Amino acid sequence: MTTTKPVRPGKPAVGGAATTASARRRRPVNTHRAATWLLAITSVAIGLLMLLPIIWMVFTAFKPESDIVSAPPTLWPRELTLEHFVEVWDRIPFARLYVNTIVFAGSVTIISLLFDSMAAYALARLPFKGRAVVMVLILLLLMLPFQVTLIPLYDMLNGMGLTNTLPGLIIPRMTNAFGIFFLTQFFLSLPKDLEEAARVDGASEWRIYWGIILPLSRPALLTLGLFHFQYNWNDLLWPLVMSSSVETSTLPAGLALFMGQHVVEYGLLMAGSLLAMLPVILFFLLIQRSFVAGIATTGLK
Amino acid sequence: MTTTAERPAAQLPPPPRRRPALRVSARRSLTAWLFLTPTLLILVAFTVYPMVQALYLSFTDYNLIRAAEWVGLDNYTELLSDGSFWNAFGNTVLYALVVTPVTVVLALAFALMLNQAFRGRAFARTAIFLPFIVSLGIIAIAWAFLLDPNIGLISHWLSLVGIVPEQGWLSDPRYAMAAVMIVGVWKNVGFYMVIYLAGLQSIPVDMYEAARLDGAGVLQRFRNVTLPLLSNQTLLVSVLALIATLQAFDQIYVMTRGGPFFRTETLVMLVYREGFQELRFGYASAISFVLVIFVFILSMVQFGYLRRKQVTY
Repeated sequence: MTTTKPVRPGKPAVGGAATTASARRRRPVNTHRAATWLLAITSVAIGLLMLLPIIWMVFTAFKPESDIVSAPPTLWPRELTLEHFVEVWDRIPFARLYVNTIVFAGSVTIISLLFDSMAAYALARLPFKGRAVVMVLILLLLMLPFQVTLIPLYDMLNGMGLTNTLPGLIIPRMTNAFGIFFLTQFFLSLPKDLEEAARVDGASEWRIYWGIILPLSRPALLTLGLFHFQYNWNDLLWPLVMSSSVETSTLPAGLALFMGQHVVEYGLLMAGSLLAMLPVILFFLLIQRSFVAGIATTGLK
Repeated sequence: MTTTAERPAAQLPPPPRRRPALRVSARRSLTAWLFLTPTLLILVAFTVYPMVQALYLSFTDYNLIRAAEWVGLDNYTELLSDGSFWNAFGNTVLYALVVTPVTVVLALAFALMLNQAFRGRAFARTAIFLPFIVSLGIIAIAWAFLLDPNIGLISHWLSLVGIVPEQGWLSDPRYAMAAVMIVGVWKNVGFYMVIYLAGLQSIPVDMYEAARLDGAGVLQRFRNVTLPLLSNQTLLVSVLALIATLQAFDQIYVMTRGGPFFRTETLVMLVYREGFQELRFGYASAISFVLVIFVFILSMVQFGYLRRKQVTY
């Protein structure tokens, strides 16, 4: 605050005003510090409150079942056990669910990033006839709630024998209107110099896309990658509709189905839930910095 | 630097310039369509076609076993006199009207708080954002347990201050909707907060300095500087939040399955029940089209806003 004052010595009138203002401000320095402390305590308390379900989930996963159901309920475990983490792999086809979810969310993320960015490259960097039509189509699809396609899509994939299979889950998700829109906006903001130089040197469009545009778009791709990954990893309705048993679904749908049948096994469900959420949380913590930067610098601003 | 060397070379042969240029643009057009091919194939086959199909099905009595038979507007007229449709419609609107403003106001409040510099800020930001990235379907299991009348920690804490619903939070018709609403707010508030934070950081500090020199107090600075300069974010966040609330499903499916007495059944829950439990594909398609019209109107607002913003950039 005070450092900004000597930077502008040009106008004495402003300097005078600033000194009186800072004198006025300096008096309540103690209340200012107290306010900062209050702010910090409130914020941390809100943060902890927001985390409560997750913290509770972690503690409960390590509690023996007898502790979980004994009254009154406590946050802190009275006793620690790893039995739920051992048991969950046998009681639920958990390894199967895990593999399904990794394959589903992982391949959708990678394939969709590729196809989204290819389409966005054409829309942002290659002037061509029909661009406006394609752009309007993308924007229309952006507005479409996917629930409306659910029934015909299920019917169609069922007819092709793809329900209860991973390809059935993956194929309709291999490209995404939001991803195309997001990357188009980002590509439009990149400078043209590099690719024009490459074009003059005779580089193919694929080379420019793959070798210049994609490396420049790392933060945007990481951000969109997290969006795709968490959206599909977390999705409940789509795998719920597409799979008729726990074995063929993904973690959220599988756990929801299991909960519907065995509601009383709290510890087991919490251990399973915790393991199911871990990859997304880790992914987020790893790329947190570029994720927030990605939101700040791209179309979501 | 390279352009100065190349420009004279490019200008050297003027006569044969036209034909290659035309060929270049045609080739570039072809390349563009090649780049778009996978995307367009998938979008047409798995989004556009199913949507048209959904519209067609909504005029039939298709139920997966029997072949589809055209019934005209029957499904839509049935909707109008169907108590469970109006119930779900009312629940969806109620959910949207409560959750949207609460989420937006809280997101702004959190952003204002966490835009100040203090120790613990990074923790609070991450903690508030974290619910957005975890699976609502999975974390709703924990919420259901926390609100359980026997083993639930939140139920227990609330009972300590004298708040005890007669049948447990999720099975009491008066409180079940409030419970799923709280989870809805909790899930998304962090994402909107991040959008607001990005907006706050783009406000020049000079504005505040100027307002301060003019003698504006904290509240005045907020009303006359912060809020107007965040109007873009507010519009974006409100529309995003409204559209998301109209599609509420996950925590409701896990925590209440639409109950008790259908008090928490939303439109998407109803589509799921009519479609995949009652197997009335035609009727469920008609319900889903009502949802489309709803979301479409709201999205047009958003689209208009985004396009206007693109121009001003």
